[in-house]
Amino acid sequence: MPAEAPAPYLSWNPVSDVSQILEYHFMVNAMLASGIVAVMAGLIGWMMVVRRQTFAGHTLAMMAFPGAAAAALLAVPAAWGYFAFCGGGALAIGRFAHGEQRSWRQESASIGAVQAAALAAGFLFVSLYGGVLGDLETLLFGSILGISDRQVLVLALLAVVVIALLAGMARPLLFSSVDPQVAGARGVPVGRIALAFLLLLGAAVAATSQVTGPLLVFALLVMPAATAQAITPRPALSLALTVLLALGVAWLGVGISYFSPYPASFFIATVAFTIYVLVRVPAAMTGRRVRGPSGHAGEPAPTGVIA
Amino acid sequence: MFAQEFMRNALIAGTAVALTCGVCGWFVVLRGQVFAGDALSHVAIPGALAAAAAGIDERVGLFVATVAVGAGIGLLGAGAVTGRAGRAAVSLPADDTAIGIIFTFILGLGVFFLTRYGMGPGASSGILASRTLFGSIFGLGAGEARLAAILALAVLAVLLAIARPLLFVSVSPDVAAARGVPARLLGVGFLALLGVVAAEATQAVGALLLLGLLAAPAAAAHRLARGPYLGMALAGALALAAMWGGLALAYTIPALPPSTAVIAIAVGIYYLASVVA
Repeated sequence: MPAEAPAPYLSWNPVSDVSQILEYHFMVNAMLASGIVAVMAGLIGWMMVVRRQTFAGHTLAMMAFPGAAAAALLAVPAAWGYFAFCGGGALAIGRFAHGEQRSWRQESASIGAVQAAALAAGFLFVSLYGGVLGDLETLLFGSILGISDRQVLVLALLAVVVIALLAGMARPLLFSSVDPQVAGARGVPVGRIALAFLLLLGAAVAATSQVTGPLLVFALLVMPAATAQAITPRPALSLALTVLLALGVAWLGVGISYFSPYPASFFIATVAFTIYVLVRVPAAMTGRRVRGPSGHAGEPAPTGVIA
Repeated sequence: MFAQEFMRNALIAGTAVALTCGVCGWFVVLRGQVFAGDALSHVAIPGALAAAAAGIDERVGLFVATVAVGAGIGLLGAGAVTGRAGRAAVSLPADDTAIGIIFTFILGLGVFFLTRYGMGPGASSGILASRTLFGSIFGLGAGEARLAAILALAVLAVLLAIARPLLFVSVSPDVAAARGVPARLLGVGFLALLGVVAAEATQAVGALLLLGLLAAPAAAAHRLARGPYLGMALAGALALAAMWGGLALAYTIPALPPSTAVIAIAVGIYYLASVVA
């Protein structure tokens, strides 16, 4: 919070609260950036949850660390490193985990190996750099308040490109996610589509980690999608709901953080988790079968085996 | 090399951690739970920070957080895996989305504790977070190394005791459940055990080493060895080889951090195994 700002106060009048926030240029930029990122993360995250690639998404998020460290070593902006390593990570995961017909056991292990290798490289870069990386907390948990006009513009352009590409390949992507064998038999290039999606995921993760920090990207990438898919099984409806939820969560989190000493990413994660729990718990209590957070409809459980 | 005390401590703790991670990792890969192991190592950070913010020993927070979250993931995952068994046997992973949601929420709390702790006197949260993430195996005391060794022995003993039923449940959950093996209890127990491993490894060598040693040697062993006990032994041996090789390499090349060297060897082994087999 800049020193010249008068002490922010939270009133019961939401209009005055919002106008207080939007009085400052840095807050307007923060709201714009988090809004752009939320829409992109919501859309990509919805697909990621359907494709069950949460671990891959997390591994791509961790690429931010070697990315930032390499950027510091080469004295280039940290964002370049983010995007370069997220792209490289997506290629590595695609090569290792989806290169051939492998079981999900091998897949999760090889994603873990990619992540460990990337983190080890990042650690090497840091020690070669010789210093403490500017601010590890900011690196891990993000900082939304210092975003410039130019960064907002870059984020907006990136979001447009990513969403356009996602929309372009939406149908074959969904097809090959739901039933890869049949899609492959019908001539859908499953392997290439998987790789393309990983690259899009890498771009979305790198952009999201500018707002939430790499460790908390799932607050926008997974939680809104899982919540929406628990509410409705209809794809179009849950997709729209995901974007609305992500947007609401991001703006609410950034807005609350203006009035408090704690970082925005904490509020984004907490708000998103609270909504998720509020949706899931009543469903579980009444015993209604809802779509699991994985996006797969729950089968009737074999009684006696699990509670 | 062995004349240095820090090196002896590193070797003792490293051997203990590598053996446990290798053997545990074999089951982790078999059960497709690498993400759960990864999540546990991340949860260690908020645990340590919360303990620091509350002013108690950070190790208490570490162990409480990882074991509790391990058991929690186990409770969710056990239902998920068995619930799906009817349709697709074991071809689907444990519920990654739920894991992602849980650990993101807990890391969100970590941000809160980080800020809270950072406001207090003697703020050094960044250093604490960095130590939890990357560890410092060359900075261990004799007491910490001994503790790591004792814990490793205990974990290995428990794991060997439950190895047979756990194997049965992991390979064919339906048949095991029909035979009256407590599948859910074993799943939860295994993840709680993994929580202990995560806390110990994170504290001694950092979350980074934990993930690498859990995933890479075990995945290589799954490719190379057929039988379960042979696979477990091979996973332990490969993890040990990576640890010793990495420590020796880092000792010879001062610019190379030990964690990087160990992980580089472990991932190299995995790559070779995936090319060969």
